[in-house]
Amino acid sequence: METDDYIIKQISVFSENKPGRLAAIAKALQDEKINIFAFSIAEAKGFGVVRLLVDKPEPALKKLADIGFMVSFTDVIAVRMKDEPGGLFDIAKILGESEINIEYSYAYSGKEAAVLILRVDRIKEAIEKMTGRGADLLKAEMFL
Amino acid sequence: MFWDKEMETLGGRALEDLQVKRLRQTIRQAENVPFFKDLLKEKSVSAEDINKIQDVSRLPFTTKKDLQKGYPFGFMAVPKKEIVRIHTTSGTTGKPTVVGYTRNDLDNWSELIARNLTMVGLTDEDTFQNAVNYGLFTGGLGFHYGAEKVGMTVIPSGTGNTKRQIEMIDDFGVTAVHCTPSYAMHLAEVAEEMGTTLDTFKTGLFGAEPWSDNTRRTLEQKLGVTAFDSYGMSEMYGPGAAFECPERNGLHFWHDSFLIEIIDPETEEILGPGECGELVVTPLVKEAMPLIRYRTGDITCILDDECPCGRGPRIARITGRSDDMLVIRGINVFPSQIEHVLRTLPEVGDQFMVYVDRINHLDEMAIDIEIKKEFFSGELKDLERIQKKIIHALRDTLNLRTKVNLVEHESLPRFEGKAKRVVDRRGDVI
Repeated sequence: METDDYIIKQISVFSENKPGRLAAIAKALQDEKINIFAFSIAEAKGFGVVRLLVDKPEPALKKLADIGFMVSFTDVIAVRMKDEPGGLFDIAKILGESEINIEYSYAYSGKEAAVLILRVDRIKEAIEKMTGRGADLLKAEMFL
Repeated sequence: MFWDKEMETLGGRALEDLQVKRLRQTIRQAENVPFFKDLLKEKSVSAEDINKIQDVSRLPFTTKKDLQKGYPFGFMAVPKKEIVRIHTTSGTTGKPTVVGYTRNDLDNWSELIARNLTMVGLTDEDTFQNAVNYGLFTGGLGFHYGAEKVGMTVIPSGTGNTKRQIEMIDDFGVTAVHCTPSYAMHLAEVAEEMGTTLDTFKTGLFGAEPWSDNTRRTLEQKLGVTAFDSYGMSEMYGPGAAFECPERNGLHFWHDSFLIEIIDPETEEILGPGECGELVVTPLVKEAMPLIRYRTGDITCILDDECPCGRGPRIARITGRSDDMLVIRGINVFPSQIEHVLRTLPEVGDQFMVYVDRINHLDEMAIDIEIKKEFFSGELKDLERIQKKIIHALRDTLNLRTKVNLVEHESLPRFEGKAKRVVDRRGDVI
């Protein structure tokens, strides 16, 4: 197994915490016909980071940078969960038992399954542990 | 009431003779400083050329920039072992201005403070809360020792912990307070919230930042005090170089200790009484750090009509600055200092904007900063780390808490001509 296959490029966008900024990001991606699978916003005092998982990461990053946003790629993993009670626990306990810390996480509920996106402190180890214990990780190629 | 009636009311020929004698002595003292020695030689002027007080105009001016070049001890006219205290004040860029005091300097300074306190009617019967910063800022220790000299009961409360300050005022029967006018406004508000009317208060001494007659009325009404304006700067020991008497129509300068002039800040031409310009001060009895025709940057005029209290000419309350110095919560800040700090931080981009506001009567400085793209890791915690680093660096240099806003790229104004990176939104006065 190649762990790199499961490392997904999340786009992190620096944004001031003020009206219209998310709309500006969404509009730019719409113009490029880029689909957003999932996103979350983390906020601090007066500013935040918008995190996006999209179908075409490279063109999305370029577009956002071109219109002046400060952007960067962040490595995350995505794992399918059962969309039923206990689905999140199955995943979280693998990481917990492996002493791998989740720095942040967000989820989306798709047509077939719920997907949990995770930013962890030791990404390769997390991939090995999770695949080893039968978790259904999404491959990066799904996001290209 | 007088602390030293003879000196406080000295005028005419007697004052001029004393000033000439002391000016000569000051020039001789200044010649111990290589900077002044060279400067006086260059201008071919020495103590012997001073025969009447108008001869001061033959002497060169000194500026804050000059002082800064002497950091740390380049302007000391005595060996370091004779210096018993050091205060520092903000410099125009990076390095602070260092002010040294001999034992005599400290005694003279306390004498002047004692004159001020006595002039406004305070005595050894009074209890005095000194609610200013006690560190390197001269207002703390300066007033402290002057008030002790008068024999007042002194409470060195410093700043902060406002509720405790108010409890002390009530519990200790405080009659007089010294603080910045903005802190006084804050005290008044917190006292109101606490439901106390500060009944023992009668006198408020306010300084270190400009304040209006409107503020005076508000403070007097809210605190139940008679409010007096105080003027000074570290280069003239600290506060207390000039002070309002009970007439409260200008501040009496202590002419036995300071020679004052008003000049046009552009042409350096000496202006007459009643004409507004930059205040230039030559301290007359300083030992550790004599200064010659020091340009204060403060805008005022000399009021030489007779004051019923019998003391000498006054200056009008300070109306502004001849340079871009800001006074924020009583602390002097030069925009160039802010720029200097930010330029030393690799994360900070080329653009920034400084905003000064007054929020709930307290000055707040906020700086909008674009960080450099290469320092954006994508992680929020890294951005927060950069934000904290900038706040700490500014606090270390300016002694001032600032709010730092990280803003998006290219969101700040770009300047083609002279950059205007500082916007003071406080209006002219408190």
